[in-house]
Amino acid sequence: MSTLTWGVSRGHVELLQFFRDRTAVVFTFAFPGMLLLLFGTIFQDSYDQPGVSASHVFSASMIAYGILATAFVTMGAGLAMDREDGTLKRLHGTPISATSYVLGKLFLVLVLSVVETIVLIALGAVVFGMSLPDASHWLTFAWVFLLSITACSLLGMAVSAIVKHARTAGAILNVPVVALQFISGVFIYPVTQLPSWLINVAAIFPVKWMAQGFRYVFLPDGMRINEAAGQWELGRVALVLGAWCVIGLVLCLVTFRWTRPDR
Amino acid sequence: MTAIEVRGLRKAYRGHEVVRGIDLEVARGEVFALLGPNGAGKTTTTEILEGHRRRDSGEVRVLDADPGTAGGDWRARIGIVLQNTDDAADLTVAEMVRHLAGFYPDPRPYAEVIDLVGLTPKSKSRIRTLSGGQRRRLDVALGIVGRPELLFLDEPTTGFDPEARRHFWDLIRTLAAEGTTILLTTHYLEEAEALADRLAVLAAGEIVAEGTPAGLGGRATAGATVSWREDGVLHSEQVPDPTPLIRKLVAADTDLSSLTVTRPTLEDTYLTLIGAHR
Repeated sequence: MSTLTWGVSRGHVELLQFFRDRTAVVFTFAFPGMLLLLFGTIFQDSYDQPGVSASHVFSASMIAYGILATAFVTMGAGLAMDREDGTLKRLHGTPISATSYVLGKLFLVLVLSVVETIVLIALGAVVFGMSLPDASHWLTFAWVFLLSITACSLLGMAVSAIVKHARTAGAILNVPVVALQFISGVFIYPVTQLPSWLINVAAIFPVKWMAQGFRYVFLPDGMRINEAAGQWELGRVALVLGAWCVIGLVLCLVTFRWTRPDR
Repeated sequence: MTAIEVRGLRKAYRGHEVVRGIDLEVARGEVFALLGPNGAGKTTTTEILEGHRRRDSGEVRVLDADPGTAGGDWRARIGIVLQNTDDAADLTVAEMVRHLAGFYPDPRPYAEVIDLVGLTPKSKSRIRTLSGGQRRRLDVALGIVGRPELLFLDEPTTGFDPEARRHFWDLIRTLAAEGTTILLTTHYLEEAEALADRLAVLAAGEIVAEGTPAGLGGRATAGATVSWREDGVLHSEQVPDPTPLIRKLVAADTDLSSLTVTRPTLEDTYLTLIGAHR
């Protein structure tokens, strides 16, 4: 029982610390929103679906980016920082378990991702007139969202194991983030414009499936013809994201260290 | 009863051995100081005992467990005062102490701990606004909030002003009087002398002397130097026991207004000990 209680207690102080760092708050939430406003305004393509504009597609796909930014980057950089400033060493001297520490981080990521996603959906709906889905689509949204933040958080943690200094964490973590945006149909849509081998590479990683899942939720059914397979492939979305959760968990269990390796 | 028992402890970093076969025994309730110059292996030894670092070889028992494999129940019984931390900068002092208190089965009330280290006026301040000395006192508070049976203090008073150091010493004496076993590393000799029941000197990864502060390195039996001035001439004699000599001087009606009797200080002894091992 204490594992969960301590996890909640960690989550509480993680949130307190995050929201007291104004700069981090502004940049974390404003950056994906700003990208959405830019992309949605610059690109005006229309599709053979009535009432769907590029801004709607970006609003849906950009949720995947928002989750990557909050879950993958926050988790990876946060862990590197905690290792460097002594947070992990401090906690390792107390009875708390690694599971509780990670739970605390996951609470932080969950709250940040929810807020981030609300910002993006609100911008999409208010600025670009994207319509909100019905209840069954929201249910799909819920599982895609949860699988996405779990996979991204665990992978962020795993990647932080190769980050030597916290100040380089952001730079290192943003390499896969930016590269995957381009090939996963977030920045460039429809993804069928890309060479097929690049599409196949993207299909290995979670981002393509996250964005595809969110497009299913927020776009009319007819838009499925613009996906790589011409289908929404929800079963495959669940399968790939689920597999990445497992891979991420295994990597975390193997690589997690309370302290820095020996000098 | 022993709190810490170490036999043949060794640790190397990239082939360079920094702890070279240490034996150590600390009894329950004892205040034990580990003295030594920078790089002597004090921090590595302490971190192995705390469970923060793995050893290469040797036997280690801390509160009847192997710190390399002990779990949360064991860590609830120890307290660690860290060196050079920078964590939780955006929390307040009270929030952080209360947060850590929540991990222990029988913590001290957080306000009491903050008061013990003299941080009550700073209780609602963000940790990033604390001075270096205040930050160290917070580290001490976080180390003792769980009522540890055994407390590790790694150079606890670095950066303290003299007054803060005296307060800190009083706090350590209070904890020791309550029965807390304390392992202290320091390079302040007067600190070891003021606090420790026993101490060991570590040089280049080996223990070169062990004993009470008064008896370290044969200090108790090293004899004394008696000096006095007679008709403007300085006399100085090395004697095992100064009493007979002084009695003789008094009987001879010598002018003793400039008499001094000196014994080797802990510092003299320490410098001799580590000097021999450089």
